[in-house]
Amino acid sequence: MIYVFSVLFLLLGMLVNTLGTVSLFRFPDVYTRMHGSTKCTTFGTISLSLGVILYAIIRRFQTGEVRFSVLALHTVIVVAALLISNATGAHVLARAAHRSKAFPKNAVIDSLAERDERLLKEGFRR
Amino acid sequence: MIGFFALAAGFLTLLVLIMAGRLIMGPTGADRAVALDAMNTLVIGIMILLAAHFESVVMVDVAIVYAALSFVSTMFIARYIEEGRK
Repeated sequence: MIYVFSVLFLLLGMLVNTLGTVSLFRFPDVYTRMHGSTKCTTFGTISLSLGVILYAIIRRFQTGEVRFSVLALHTVIVVAALLISNATGAHVLARAAHRSKAFPKNAVIDSLAERDERLLKEGFRR
Repeated sequence: MIGFFALAAGFLTLLVLIMAGRLIMGPTGADRAVALDAMNTLVIGIMILLAAHFESVVMVDVAIVYAALSFVSTMFIARYIEEGRK
Protein backbone atom coordinates (compact mmCIF):
# COMPACT_ATOMS: atom_id res chain seq x y z
CA MET A 1 0.00 0.00 0.00
CA ILE A 2 2.96 2.27 0.61
CA TYR A 3 4.13 1.74 -2.97
CA VAL A 4 1.08 3.40 -4.57
CA PHE A 5 3.00 6.41 -5.95
CA SER A 6 5.65 4.12 -7.45
CA VAL A 7 2.93 2.12 -9.21
CA LEU A 8 1.32 5.37 -10.44
CA PHE A 9 4.64 6.51 -11.96
CA LEU A 10 5.05 3.10 -13.62
CA LEU A 11 1.53 3.25 -15.10
CA LEU A 12 2.15 6.79 -16.41
CA GLY A 13 5.42 5.71 -18.00
CA MET A 14 3.80 2.71 -19.71
CA LEU A 15 0.96 4.91 -21.05
CA VAL A 16 3.33 7.56 -22.46
CA ASN A 17 5.59 4.91 -24.02
CA THR A 18 2.53 3.43 -25.73
CA LEU A 19 1.68 6.88 -27.13
CA GLY A 20 5.24 7.16 -28.47
CA THR A 21 4.91 3.82 -30.24
CA VAL A 22 1.57 4.84 -31.77
CA SER A 23 3.05 8.14 -32.97
CA LEU A 24 5.82 6.24 -34.75
CA PHE A 25 3.17 4.58 -36.94
CA ARG A 26 0.51 7.27 -37.38
CA PHE A 27 2.57 10.30 -38.46
CA PRO A 28 3.37 10.98 -42.14
CA ASP A 29 7.09 11.87 -42.36
CA VAL A 30 10.41 11.69 -40.53
CA TYR A 31 10.21 14.93 -38.56
CA THR A 32 6.77 14.38 -37.04
CA ARG A 33 7.68 10.78 -36.19
CA MET A 34 10.83 12.03 -34.48
CA HIS A 35 8.78 14.66 -32.62
CA GLY A 36 6.36 12.11 -31.23
CA SER A 37 8.66 9.19 -30.51
CA THR A 38 11.60 11.07 -28.97
CA LYS A 39 9.48 13.22 -26.68
CA CYS A 40 7.24 10.40 -25.52
CA THR A 41 9.93 7.76 -24.95
CA THR A 42 12.15 10.23 -23.08
CA PHE A 43 9.36 11.30 -20.73
CA GLY A 44 8.05 7.76 -20.34
CA THR A 45 11.43 6.27 -19.45
CA ILE A 46 12.13 9.10 -16.98
CA SER A 47 8.76 8.42 -15.36
CA LEU A 48 9.57 4.70 -15.07
CA SER A 49 12.92 5.63 -13.50
CA LEU A 50 11.15 7.86 -10.96
CA GLY A 51 9.00 4.88 -10.00
CA VAL A 52 12.10 2.75 -9.48
CA ILE A 53 13.79 5.54 -7.44
CA LEU A 54 10.75 5.86 -5.15
CA TYR A 55 10.63 2.06 -4.70
CA ALA A 56 14.36 1.93 -3.89
CA ILE A 57 14.10 4.76 -1.33
CA ILE A 58 11.15 3.11 0.39
CA ARG A 59 12.94 -0.25 0.49
CA ARG A 60 16.06 1.48 1.88
CA PHE A 61 14.11 2.79 4.85
CA GLN A 62 12.22 -0.47 5.35
CA THR A 63 15.10 -2.94 5.24
CA GLY A 64 18.12 -0.70 5.99
CA GLU A 65 20.28 -2.25 3.28
CA VAL A 66 22.80 0.02 1.55
CA ARG A 67 22.39 -1.46 -1.95
CA PHE A 68 18.96 0.09 -2.38
CA SER A 69 20.38 3.60 -2.00
CA VAL A 70 23.07 2.63 -4.54
CA LEU A 71 20.25 1.54 -6.87
CA ALA A 72 18.50 4.91 -6.47
CA LEU A 73 21.69 6.92 -7.09
CA HIS A 74 22.65 4.97 -10.22
CA THR A 75 19.13 5.36 -11.59
CA VAL A 76 19.51 9.13 -11.14
CA ILE A 77 22.70 8.92 -13.25
CA VAL A 78 20.76 7.06 -15.96
CA VAL A 79 18.10 9.80 -15.96
CA ALA A 80 20.78 12.49 -16.43
CA ALA A 81 22.38 10.54 -19.30
CA LEU A 82 18.98 10.13 -21.00
CA LEU A 83 18.17 13.84 -20.65
CA ILE A 84 21.41 14.83 -22.37
CA SER A 85 21.80 12.10 -25.02
CA ASN A 86 18.21 11.85 -26.32
CA ALA A 87 17.82 15.55 -27.07
CA THR A 88 21.23 15.79 -28.75
CA GLY A 89 20.66 12.63 -30.78
CA ALA A 90 17.27 13.80 -32.05
CA HIS A 91 18.72 17.19 -33.04
CA VAL A 92 21.58 15.58 -34.99
CA LEU A 93 19.24 13.09 -36.68
CA ALA A 94 16.83 15.85 -37.78
CA ARG A 95 19.68 17.89 -39.29
CA ALA A 96 21.07 14.81 -41.05
CA ALA A 97 17.63 13.91 -42.44
CA HIS A 98 17.17 17.43 -43.80
CA ARG A 99 20.62 17.37 -45.45
CA SER A 100 19.87 13.99 -47.06
CA LYS A 101 16.99 15.68 -48.96
CA ALA A 102 14.15 14.09 -46.96
CA PHE A 103 11.85 17.11 -46.92
CA PRO A 104 8.74 17.39 -44.74
CA LYS A 105 5.39 16.45 -46.24
CA ASN A 106 2.58 19.04 -46.56
CA ALA A 107 4.92 21.82 -45.43
CA VAL A 108 4.42 25.36 -46.75
CA ILE A 109 7.47 27.05 -45.22
CA ASP A 110 10.89 25.36 -44.93
CA SER A 111 13.00 27.87 -43.01
CA LEU A 112 16.10 25.65 -42.81
CA ALA A 113 16.25 25.24 -46.63
CA GLU A 114 15.84 29.01 -47.09
CA ARG A 115 18.64 29.63 -44.62
CA ASP A 116 20.90 27.11 -46.35
CA GLU A 117 20.20 28.74 -49.73
CA ARG A 118 20.99 32.18 -48.34
CA LEU A 119 24.23 30.98 -46.75
CA LEU A 120 25.20 29.25 -50.01
CA LYS A 121 24.57 32.47 -51.94
CA GLU A 122 26.85 34.35 -49.55
CA GLY A 123 29.62 31.86 -50.30
CA PHE A 124 29.50 29.90 -47.03
CA ARG A 125 30.63 26.29 -47.33
CA ARG A 126 29.11 24.09 -44.67
CA MET B 1 4.26 -5.21 -5.92
CA ILE B 2 7.38 -7.13 -6.93
CA GLY B 3 5.57 -8.66 -9.86
CA PHE B 4 4.60 -5.25 -11.21
CA PHE B 5 8.13 -4.42 -12.37
CA ALA B 6 8.30 -7.65 -14.37
CA LEU B 7 4.85 -6.85 -15.84
CA ALA B 8 6.01 -3.38 -16.96
CA ALA B 9 9.22 -4.87 -18.43
CA GLY B 10 7.18 -7.36 -20.45
CA PHE B 11 4.91 -4.59 -21.72
CA LEU B 12 7.94 -2.53 -22.82
CA THR B 13 9.34 -5.59 -24.59
CA LEU B 14 6.08 -5.80 -26.54
CA LEU B 15 6.43 -2.11 -27.47
CA VAL B 16 10.02 -2.70 -28.67
CA LEU B 17 8.78 -5.54 -30.90
CA ILE B 18 6.09 -3.25 -32.35
CA MET B 19 8.68 -0.52 -33.01
CA ALA B 20 10.78 -3.06 -34.96
CA GLY B 21 8.01 -2.90 -37.58
CA ARG B 22 8.93 0.72 -38.34
CA LEU B 23 12.61 -0.30 -38.30
CA ILE B 24 11.92 -2.89 -41.00
CA MET B 25 9.50 -0.99 -43.28
CA GLY B 26 10.79 2.57 -42.92
CA PRO B 27 10.89 4.35 -46.32
CA THR B 28 14.18 6.22 -45.82
CA GLY B 29 17.24 5.68 -43.69
CA ALA B 30 16.27 8.46 -41.31
CA ASP B 31 13.03 6.64 -40.41
CA ARG B 32 15.01 3.55 -39.45
CA ALA B 33 17.42 5.65 -37.39
CA VAL B 34 14.53 7.28 -35.49
CA ALA B 35 12.97 3.87 -34.76
CA LEU B 36 16.35 2.53 -33.57
CA ASP B 37 16.80 5.54 -31.25
CA ALA B 38 13.36 5.00 -29.66
CA MET B 39 14.07 1.26 -29.27
CA ASN B 40 17.37 2.03 -27.52
CA THR B 41 15.60 4.30 -25.02
CA LEU B 42 13.02 1.60 -24.27
CA VAL B 43 15.74 -1.04 -23.79
CA ILE B 44 17.35 1.23 -21.16
CA GLY B 45 13.98 1.40 -19.41
CA ILE B 46 13.66 -2.41 -19.50
CA MET B 47 17.14 -2.76 -17.95
CA ILE B 48 16.21 -0.41 -15.07
CA LEU B 49 12.93 -2.25 -14.42
CA LEU B 50 14.66 -5.64 -14.38
CA ALA B 51 17.31 -4.28 -12.00
CA ALA B 52 14.50 -3.27 -9.62
CA HIS B 53 12.82 -6.66 -10.08
CA PHE B 54 15.90 -8.76 -9.38
CA GLU B 55 17.25 -6.21 -6.83
CA SER B 56 20.71 -6.17 -8.41
CA VAL B 57 22.60 -2.92 -8.92
CA VAL B 58 24.89 -4.22 -11.69
CA MET B 59 22.14 -4.07 -14.33
CA VAL B 60 21.79 -0.31 -13.83
CA ASP B 61 25.52 0.12 -14.53
CA VAL B 62 25.04 -1.87 -17.73
CA ALA B 63 22.18 0.52 -18.60
CA ILE B 64 24.50 3.55 -18.15
CA VAL B 65 27.08 2.03 -20.54
CA TYR B 66 24.30 1.11 -22.99
CA ALA B 67 23.03 4.72 -22.99
CA ALA B 68 26.50 6.06 -23.81
CA LEU B 69 27.08 3.52 -26.58
CA SER B 70 23.66 4.09 -28.16
CA PHE B 71 24.34 7.86 -28.19
CA VAL B 72 27.63 7.31 -30.03
CA SER B 73 25.99 4.92 -32.52
CA THR B 74 23.22 7.46 -33.20
CA MET B 75 25.89 10.10 -33.93
CA PHE B 76 27.65 7.83 -36.43
CA ILE B 77 24.41 6.79 -38.15
CA ALA B 78 23.55 10.48 -38.52
CA ARG B 79 26.96 11.14 -40.10
CA TYR B 80 26.29 8.26 -42.51
CA ILE B 81 22.84 9.56 -43.49
CA GLU B 82 24.19 13.06 -43.98
CA GLU B 83 26.34 11.96 -46.92
CA GLY B 84 23.20 11.64 -49.06
CA ARG B 85 23.26 7.87 -49.42
CA LYS B 86 19.84 6.46 -48.64
